Amino acid sequence: MEELALHILDLVQNCVEAQASWVYIRVAEDPALNTLSVSIEDNGRGMNEEQQARAIDPFYTTRTTRKVGLGIPLLKAAAEDTGGSFTITSAPGRGTLIEASFVRDHIDRVPVGNMADTLSALLALHNNIELRYEHVVGDRSFCLSTAVLREICGDELSHPRIVSWLRSYISEQENSLEV
Amino acid sequence: MKSIEELRRLREEVRQMTKLREGSPEIKIIVGMGTCGIAAGARETLNTFVQEVAEQSIEGVSVTQSGCVGLCDREPIVEVQHGAERTIYARVTPERARRIVTEHIKGGRTIAEWITRN
Ligand SMILES: Nc1ncnc2c1ncn2[C@@H]1O[C@H](COP(=O)(O)OP(=O)(O)OP(=O)(O)O)[C@@H](O)[C@H]1O
Ligand SMILES: [Mg+2]
Repeated sequence: MEELALHILDLVQNCVEAQASWVYIRVAEDPALNTLSVSIEDNGRGMNEEQQARAIDPFYTTRTTRKVGLGIPLLKAAAEDTGGSFTITSAPGRGTLIEASFVRDHIDRVPVGNMADTLSALLALHNNIELRYEHVVGDRSFCLSTAVLREICGDELSHPRIVSWLRSYISEQENSLEV
Repeated sequence: MKSIEELRRLREEVRQMTKLREGSPEIKIIVGMGTCGIAAGARETLNTFVQEVAEQSIEGVSVTQSGCVGLCDREPIVEVQHGAERTIYARVTPERARRIVTEHIKGGRTIAEWITRN
């Protein structure tokens, strides 16, 4: 996949499938240390050790429509291709934390991409999940929380007109993180 | 820059509009959002439907998702449900999504050349 934002969208779908009621996405870039890390945490059903080991194997999936599960192996490969690392921390009933670290200026490092498009897709699709997103670049940061947005928008949070507005808003905020 | 005040006003507007119409949506647009769909561009397809529905103020239409339905080679897959009538479209790019809104959702005519079978 050509954007980290697409990997993030894909991995949040796993959280939703695992019955999470909240998901916390964090993208942290440190230009001085030349690192970029992505973490996705949820309070869904979790995985035992065997399931975690199998999740990083493309030939393991609990889905029935296709023989291979691709989401996790793809992000793992994207991180490791830069000399970075990938970890899963999870326990049944306790949720899951996925962390991918990248060497930020590596030639093969996938760009962050369009987080406004990823978040607006998630807002349109998952009205009943609390989403928190934080993007840190050096000493700048942008944070979006559906708990806060819900206070303003109530049940209309996933209405197409609200989602479209939020997409432009997120896009503006993301752009202002670029130096 | 967009302000939170603007969001408050928009929400009020949306609430007044949706108060007028009760009941469940008549048409469902279902976009395949498994890894295969996302890798093929389903995010843009989904956002195009959301934006078209918003900009044209089309009421009674919901945009939702399905997982991988096993048609990975033809993603992005989009199903339009109108009552008991179901239409499955293959390789729905943003351009195709816009035409599906104009011709199928608003015009009531399916687009035969993009229909696929499962
Ligand atoms: N956050 C999570 N919580 C619980 N289980 C998870 C989570 N993420 C992944 N899994 C498990 O790991 C498996 C592999 O995930 P992966 O995203 O790689 O493939 P998939 O979701 O099965 O298929 P797809 O290729 O469409 O993503 C899933 O089927 C699921 O059982
Ligand atoms: Mg998956």
